[in-house]
Amino acid sequence: MARKRREIGKAGWRRTAVSTVISFIYFFPVLWIILTAFKSHTDALSTPPKFIFTPTLENFASVFARAYERGGAAVDTHFDLFFFNSIFIAGASVGVALVIGTVAAYGFSRWPLRGNETYLFIILTTRMLPPIIVIIPIFIMFRLSGLSGSYVGIILLYAAFNLPFTIWMMKSFFDEIPREVEDAARMDGSSEMKIFFRICLPQVKAGIAATAVFGLILTWNEFLFALLLTGRDTRTVPVAMAQTIGGDIGVRWGLLAAIETLFLIPVVIVTFLLQNQLLRGVTFGTIKR
Amino acid sequence: MADIELRNLSKHFGTLAAVDDIDLDVEGGEVVCLLGPSGCGKTTTLRMIAGLEDATAGDIFIAGSRVNDLAPRDRDIAMVFQFYALYPSLTVAENLAFPLHAERISEEEIERRVNEIAALLDLSHALGRVPGRLAEGEKQRVAVGRAIIRDPQCFLFDEPLSRLDIAVRQEMRGQIKQLLNGLHKATVIVTHDQIEALTIADRIAVMRDGIIEQVASPHDIFARPANVFVAGFIGTPQMNLIEANVIEADEDSATVDTLGQEVVLPLHAEVSLQGSVGRRNAPLTVGVRPRGLAPAPEPGPATISGRVDLIEPMGAETLIHLRIGEADLRVVTGRGHAARVGDTLHVAPTPGQVHLFDHDGVRIAS
Repeated sequence: MARKRREIGKAGWRRTAVSTVISFIYFFPVLWIILTAFKSHTDALSTPPKFIFTPTLENFASVFARAYERGGAAVDTHFDLFFFNSIFIAGASVGVALVIGTVAAYGFSRWPLRGNETYLFIILTTRMLPPIIVIIPIFIMFRLSGLSGSYVGIILLYAAFNLPFTIWMMKSFFDEIPREVEDAARMDGSSEMKIFFRICLPQVKAGIAATAVFGLILTWNEFLFALLLTGRDTRTVPVAMAQTIGGDIGVRWGLLAAIETLFLIPVVIVTFLLQNQLLRGVTFGTIKR
Repeated sequence: MADIELRNLSKHFGTLAAVDDIDLDVEGGEVVCLLGPSGCGKTTTLRMIAGLEDATAGDIFIAGSRVNDLAPRDRDIAMVFQFYALYPSLTVAENLAFPLHAERISEEEIERRVNEIAALLDLSHALGRVPGRLAEGEKQRVAVGRAIIRDPQCFLFDEPLSRLDIAVRQEMRGQIKQLLNGLHKATVIVTHDQIEALTIADRIAVMRDGIIEQVASPHDIFARPANVFVAGFIGTPQMNLIEANVIEADEDSATVDTLGQEVVLPLHAEVSLQGSVGRRNAPLTVGVRPRGLAPAPEPGPATISGRVDLIEPMGAETLIHLRIGEADLRVVTGRGHAARVGDTLHVAPTPGQVHLFDHDGVRIAS
């Protein structure tokens, strides 16, 4: 006997309940961090953990200015700069990778080289080594070229690290769009430039958005390279966050959670803004045209 | 001089000859259909004319000048693609105007032409919509509109109706035919649908394996197929093609041994079995369309007998499959004919309906 087909968006309450429980388990660490951000130092350390407490904003205040010693004066922590650095470095490097990567992917998709697959494979191999192995030569290169500690250096590095992924992902998006449309434009008298900008690019908008979000998240959370290759003025939030651990009152969990909560906001905003594009991006090609 | 001329045109993909040394002329105002099964080279031929595919050998002339080395946009041709190839991010109006932007035409003139074409193709209501919001038939009309808006030297259509459902397809077929009649341009249409080819084309070029098997008017292709392939490919239900050996032949009849039976075939004035093809025991292929066989009440010298194996009612007519040994003989009878599965049926070829092909599959004509 054929089973009755379920309508989309009308799952039964049992399915809904199961999904809720699973989602809650997944989301719990994030929820815990957000809760901790609003706790006083004593509440944050209490055992058993407190779910009911008097919320406070003191952690958020001390992200930007705090006393480093008991009884000392509040000092500017420069966290506003670190947040700017994280946003600027992630945005610029993903931007650079997208511009170069999209053009390269179009080339690989539409004007394949002899041995196209080999080139693509070689590009991917640059991401096969663990960062800890490549960090030594890169560190030396940065020292010698004077890129160490500069915005240009870390942006270039992140762009280079985002490129293979961007090229592979964008190539698959370009491969999906029908060539007939380009042929039509070619016959209608369009230059190759116009075909790329007016015909092809608009069709992979969703793909660009998806690639951008993935690239941003990877770059945003990167720690190791930022730790070794950024200077005092170009430090990103993950590095700065690690450096708040220490001092005479032990680990300030509430403060860390507050930084983490603030750090989540840009990612949530970007993902939310690009949500529709992102969904279309990841389901690209699975829908019959 | 023809508007489109193909001379010794070939296209090889590696060792595969997709198009193998073909010649074709399309006159101004003439509609030629390239018809053939999938993979026969018809679309490759069209793409070579368009300039989207480079020819391996041979020449392409458009309006007298050799265009092999010209870019598609410099060939003064327009093409309608199988999947319409509309620009998904542009509105219908922008899609229609797109080819005009490449030519230096004023904005007012572009707008006038877009409105004119939209009115002609009944698209005025949809000018502001993007292709994703159009019905299939409307997409098709936009694709046609974008091709005709520029007034090019010739038109190319790649499977123009294959994406439409049957009702819309019949309607569009008529509209395209009417439109092409009004345009008087050399037009090449690629299709695998013989009804489309037979109804729209002035001439049909039947292709197989990169070779043009026959170029002729729809009537001639149907009435005088040049070889066994064309005979079997054109016409539904498919022509019966049966092996036979000559027993004796004279001017207006031939006695052959086929399917284990001796049959006297009435010959058309155009068919003659003189010379070596008519000698005793010469092998032949006899072609008779299912509508060229008529049931006979009694077995006779001109009849073939078989057992009714399957009956397919087709509305006005009925298709009967006769089993004779291993062979299947298709006969179309009037609706009133009452045959039953298992009956023995005698059928005789009607005069003028017998096609003969020689040992190599080539039509035998006088």
